[in-house]
Amino acid sequence: MAYVAIADRDHEIEHHDPQTFITKYIWSQDHKVIAIQYSITAIFVGLIALGLSAMMRLQLGFPDQFSFINPENYYQFITMHGMIMVIYLLTALFLGGFGNYLIPLMCGSRDMVFPFLNMLSYWVYLVSVIILLISFFVPGGSTGAGWTLYPPQAIMQGTPGTDWGILLMLASLAVFIVAFTMGGLNYVTTVLQARCKGMTLMRMPLSVWGIFIATVLGLLAFPALLVSAIMMLFDKTLYTSFFMPAISSMGADPGYSGGSPILFQHLFWFFGHPEVYIVALPAFGIVSDLLSTHARKNIFGYRMMVWAIIAIGGLSFVVWAHHMYVSGMNPYFGFFFATTTLIIAVPTAIKVYNWVLTLWEGNIHLRVPMLFSIAFVFTFIHGGLTGLFLGNVTIDLPLSDTYFVVAHFHMVMGVSPVLVVFGAIYHWWPKITGKMYHEGLGKWHFWMTFLGTYAIYLPMHYLGFAGVPRRYFAMGNTEFLPDSAQDLNAWITMSALFVAATQILFFVNVIWSLTRGPKADPNPWNATTLEWQTPDTPPKHGNWGHDLPECHRWAYDYSVPGYEDDFIPQNVPADVAPAGRDHGEGH
Amino acid sequence: MEIGLIVLAIILATLLGWLLKQSFNTQPWVADVVSETAHHGPLGTNSRLIALLTLLAVVSSFFALIMSAYALRMDLGDWVPLSEPQLLWLNTLMLVFASIVFQWTRNNAVKGRVSRLAPGLLVTGLLTAAFVVGQLVAWQQLKSGGQLISSNPANAFFYFLTGAHAVHIAGGMYVWARATTKVVLGKGDDPAIRRSIELCTIYWHFLLLVWLVLFGLLLST
Amino acid sequence: MPFAVVLILLVVGSLLFHLLSPWTFTELASNWGMVDFTVDITLYVTGFVFVAVNLFMAYCVIKFRHKKGARAAYEPENKKLESWLTVLTAIGVAAMLTPGLFVWAKFVDVPEDAHVVEAVGQQWHWTYRLPGEDGKLGEVDAERISDDNPFGLDPEDPNGQDDVLVYNGEIHVPVDKPVKFLLRSKDVLHDFAVAQFRVKMDLVPGMNTYLWLTPTKTGRFEILCEELCGIGHHTMRGAVIVAEKDDYATWLANQSTFSEINSAPAGNASVGAAQYAVCASCHGQQGEGIAAMNAPKIAGQSEWYLKRQIMNYKNGVRGTHADDIYGQQMIGMVATLVDEQAVDNVVAHILTFPDGDVEATVTGDVTAGRKHYNVCAYCHGKDGMGVQALNAPRAAGMSDWYMARQLQNFKDDVRGGHLQDYHGKQMGFMADILHDEQAINDVIAYINTL
Repeated sequence: MAYVAIADRDHEIEHHDPQTFITKYIWSQDHKVIAIQYSITAIFVGLIALGLSAMMRLQLGFPDQFSFINPENYYQFITMHGMIMVIYLLTALFLGGFGNYLIPLMCGSRDMVFPFLNMLSYWVYLVSVIILLISFFVPGGSTGAGWTLYPPQAIMQGTPGTDWGILLMLASLAVFIVAFTMGGLNYVTTVLQARCKGMTLMRMPLSVWGIFIATVLGLLAFPALLVSAIMMLFDKTLYTSFFMPAISSMGADPGYSGGSPILFQHLFWFFGHPEVYIVALPAFGIVSDLLSTHARKNIFGYRMMVWAIIAIGGLSFVVWAHHMYVSGMNPYFGFFFATTTLIIAVPTAIKVYNWVLTLWEGNIHLRVPMLFSIAFVFTFIHGGLTGLFLGNVTIDLPLSDTYFVVAHFHMVMGVSPVLVVFGAIYHWWPKITGKMYHEGLGKWHFWMTFLGTYAIYLPMHYLGFAGVPRRYFAMGNTEFLPDSAQDLNAWITMSALFVAATQILFFVNVIWSLTRGPKADPNPWNATTLEWQTPDTPPKHGNWGHDLPECHRWAYDYSVPGYEDDFIPQNVPADVAPAGRDHGEGH
Repeated sequence: MEIGLIVLAIILATLLGWLLKQSFNTQPWVADVVSETAHHGPLGTNSRLIALLTLLAVVSSFFALIMSAYALRMDLGDWVPLSEPQLLWLNTLMLVFASIVFQWTRNNAVKGRVSRLAPGLLVTGLLTAAFVVGQLVAWQQLKSGGQLISSNPANAFFYFLTGAHAVHIAGGMYVWARATTKVVLGKGDDPAIRRSIELCTIYWHFLLLVWLVLFGLLLST
Repeated sequence: MPFAVVLILLVVGSLLFHLLSPWTFTELASNWGMVDFTVDITLYVTGFVFVAVNLFMAYCVIKFRHKKGARAAYEPENKKLESWLTVLTAIGVAAMLTPGLFVWAKFVDVPEDAHVVEAVGQQWHWTYRLPGEDGKLGEVDAERISDDNPFGLDPEDPNGQDDVLVYNGEIHVPVDKPVKFLLRSKDVLHDFAVAQFRVKMDLVPGMNTYLWLTPTKTGRFEILCEELCGIGHHTMRGAVIVAEKDDYATWLANQSTFSEINSAPAGNASVGAAQYAVCASCHGQQGEGIAAMNAPKIAGQSEWYLKRQIMNYKNGVRGTHADDIYGQQMIGMVATLVDEQAVDNVVAHILTFPDGDVEATVTGDVTAGRKHYNVCAYCHGKDGMGVQALNAPRAAGMSDWYMARQLQNFKDDVRGGHLQDYHGKQMGFMADILHDEQAINDVIAYINTL
């Protein structure tokens, strides 16, 4: 198939075509512009979701003090908050944003393999976001079924938004999945096919590994969500009974029979659990690179790190029912899923050890990205360990459906990835914009975010121990709860509002940097990976000027003994690297 | 969920085996000298094929999960097996022929016999369209026989599976239509067209395989 | 340096918070101490890892932070160290998993002699069924559920005739005897959870689920629904009353069976007419209500609601709050109805009254009221006529001044504060979303337009 190779090279030439403003910034096929479009859109909806969480925290901290919150819109807030954060923010930002930006640059390619499809992916994603936002304004409002959208209640009258909200939600998800699949095909093919000369798989930076495996998980897992969304749409609009058993809802018989709500849960979590790792694996990868770069030391146990990512990805498909221990499924499944779930702790723990061991005997520069990265390790340890409670079927009996669950998954899937997102933005900001950010503002932003979020979620676990159920609009006088539980809730709310407010520092920093920030060095962190070796900063369309880079080494040649500099970029061959004083031993 | 897991296990095992081959016994921290880089060879030889295979993995996952749901739902008591219209046999035959003709066309494309492409593509298209129309007629037959989508879960799955399959065929027809238009306009010797025909053939075979599995499942239950 | 100090402080602070926190598991009241034991093991193992890894990390940040001229070590990997850490982690994981699996095996396996109770969930109430003397529960079917047969029991099934039906949200069980809760939902997913018992399980429409436990302490234990079930999720409360054997027997003797409920004679309106004479002085000859007497319109109100409220007054569930002046008056009045039959009779008589119009006395902002009423409509209906299946009475076309007062009472726990008033408690939650008198007036003004 020799002719295929020739044709595949064609698009490389196109990159040098002159571009108008519209094709450069709006209908752009440049992976870097698409990455920024993805990121801005994702952060925009993320801010909406942050606002929603502030509203629900107001109700929880100070029940019935705010007339704009009633049970109807409260349940709409929690649903949309969860759905936006998990799917439209984190998935889109890590894969559509960072995936798009980093894969071609780190692999040494000119662009994604299918730039047009890549552009299409963004615009379809935007359509899904618009459908989602429209659902706030339809009669009855958006759906209030909880982000898990469990039937029967997701489509029955006792839940807000069962007329239009749920339909738009399901439609938006289906569109999102189409967008994701377009992007995902690109990321996988680019990693497999468009790496520069010498960039073997085992030389790829862990960021690319994390994003690559996460994309594979997404491609295989999102169909489960699509299948369940379509089947629920059928149940809602065509009165099939996939998930709907015979019920008597509010005194009336809606006419269903024989379906199984548990079937939906299996499908949903078959997607839902890999989804956790779709968000986590890119974060794992990125944080590995950040730690290594700013500690001036190779990532400890690279091969183990790669295999841990692959093992976690594979195992994530056989643990889904740990979300369903008390769902009423066959209780004997509990033995199997508790075992697989706790096994997944082993590769995860290895990753944590290796991050920490990367710091050992390092040369740690506590710049803003590094602060976020180490803070990630801290919160991730916390969130990972609490996962051992919930994954263990017996302990799930008292803790499932309580605030312990909420605290756990926010720690592990909210705070931790968001810390990585910020760390990564600060880390790559000089490359993306060509400007430096304000270090002091960045540090303030870090401290407020890190300490603030810990102040939210550490105490929240204890509400769960005490037995406070999640998804309650108000607790009222619950006999077994001490009155102080409400005080704790008020504290959590104040911390949450504080953290939400301090995010303004980030945007101030963005504006400061764009308007007054000093011009950035092409490689301000002395990093080894290829994206820092581009001829232009920010990189131009086509990334590499006339010649593609060649890769001669792995991504972690920091402080190599026998070399003057404490880093050797990936594109420097072994026989060309300048040898200098030997720093390797005895310091 | 066993069906879904088995299909996923196959996909993941394929990926894993390939990764193992790539990474086994490498010491990533050892750097090359300039001349050694050549050993790693250039990449980027068959992106479209890789993308298509990835897409087929996604579609496999999609259908495997529907079939998993099918198997779970079937055990729930109210399942009344549907007697599939006999027309499905004829439709299957159409799709088999479509695949065979497509393969014939592809072989001609590879050998550069441009003049045979247009008739081959048109016959494939007709046969495939006949399949889709046949499926719609089968729906019509069921509907007029009182077998509505909401009558029974077996019916719901029948409509869902056949509908989802037909949508995937329609997607393939879009690519087929683009290639056919160009061939009819006399651009059949463009390598891009030949590649398009090759990939389309794989897609057709795959959808035939999916259909045979689905049809087998529908017949056996 | 400050960063490492903060990390250390966070570790120490987390430990202190854990040790000093007043927010921890409630006192155990069942046999599931093994669950707590498993939690403890996991806390020790994870606590150790949390402290060790984070302190090590803080140490690294202190020891290896950048100094001028410093250089990092070069060590791609260390197979031996990695293998050791993997093995140690695996041992730790096994230590946590093993007890978990053993306890789960016990949870799955219900003792043969367990006392069976069926807990039935619906939006947003708990009801219960006991198998009766034959020890067998009768057949049920969701298609048969109606206002007259809320459990969906088969009237022909002999096993169901002696099933004991409990409607008021409270179930009694004997102490120190294993109980198997069979769980059934009529509409959507619910979850049966009692914090003190440690175990919980979802109720899934279309199937039966279960959990079991042996209560070890007597007392009242609140049931919460812990699976999102719609807008009233947080109001879906019930209670398990664990009682000594004799007390339990007394309670059981007072409950009605399916056949007793079916064969109870209907109320006799003409007998009730005589008894109504007492009521008429305040509520009016035709039940039209007299505002001056603080007596609301009762004509046109539904039978089940009237009966429940009269019974609540009789049983001290309503009207016993010190601030409920008019409710206290009612207690004296309902004392004239000597038994349940008398109540049925007088209610039957009230049902014969014509449903006249009432004069609107409350004014408010109808547009604002409509927004509030969106939430009310989930139970009381868009037309405000009430929905029996949801235990929501009619609101439209009833005395508005009375509803305004009751909403205030619900807000102040003057009504609905009694432990056994499950429906009242529910309304209390909902009345709380009306923030002030204006909001109450607005919603009433809107109800007046229905």
